[in-house]
Amino acid sequence: MINAALHALSDPTRRAILARLALGEATVGDLAQPFAMSQPAISQHLKVLEGAGLILRRVEGTKRPCRLAPQGLADLEDWLAQLRRAFETNYARLDDLLTELDKETPK
Amino acid sequence: MTRRPRNDPLTLQSDGETQTVITRQFAARPELVWRSHTEPALLQRWCLGPDGWTMPVCICEPRPDGRLRHEWAKDGRGFYISGEFIALSPVSRIEHVERMHLPDPTPDNHVVTEFIPHNGGTRMAMTLPDSATRQAMLASGMADGMEIGYQRQESMMETV
Repeated sequence: MINAALHALSDPTRRAILARLALGEATVGDLAQPFAMSQPAISQHLKVLEGAGLILRRVEGTKRPCRLAPQGLADLEDWLAQLRRAFETNYARLDDLLTELDKETPK
Repeated sequence: MTRRPRNDPLTLQSDGETQTVITRQFAARPELVWRSHTEPALLQRWCLGPDGWTMPVCICEPRPDGRLRHEWAKDGRGFYISGEFIALSPVSRIEHVERMHLPDPTPDNHVVTEFIPHNGGTRMAMTLPDSATRQAMLASGMADGMEIGYQRQESMMETV
């Protein structure tokens, strides 16, 4: 699911759609207009975002308004935080090693 | 007032559509940061990820076409990266390709690492493709002992 989310976010249009949805619920028609894209093209992007767990859709008559799925983005943030921790752990160890090297290496 | 050399937290940012840049300030001078990135015996002391992991095998031949191989292990589990150096400018720039084996190899990632003298220390900037970031995320998840089976890792890798 994380990877599906990362894949979904790799596309600039889909990121822009998420940014728009951060402002509130929108229909395919709402989204198609500012992006100058056809509704089927937008629908395709929404399908990817929905499959990645990043958006939720509900049925309202013939429309299917979408909104952000809070948990989808939270999962992604957890993973990013984890990656950052892995790097930080490495570099904290490297700081100690460099201090040691600095003492034993003439400038 | 002059600033004392110090270590600053890393930044991790996506640079445009396809690249991630990781930066980190070290108090040490570039010569030492370079050595710690190119000498196997030094790499084996810090490039280990979460606590508990070791790097039993480290090959690092810092010259054009030189080989690169880091093997990590913990509790009988493990994974490795292999790669080749493309160009090096001691003590300021390393360009190489690498791939991660989890155990199937990922596509090649092209990575540029720069060490720039800054504030009496060294500013490191590592530019890597976003796909490499995703792989590192998968690997760090695995290294952290998250409940992810190989099966799931593999299915996730397919779309990386």
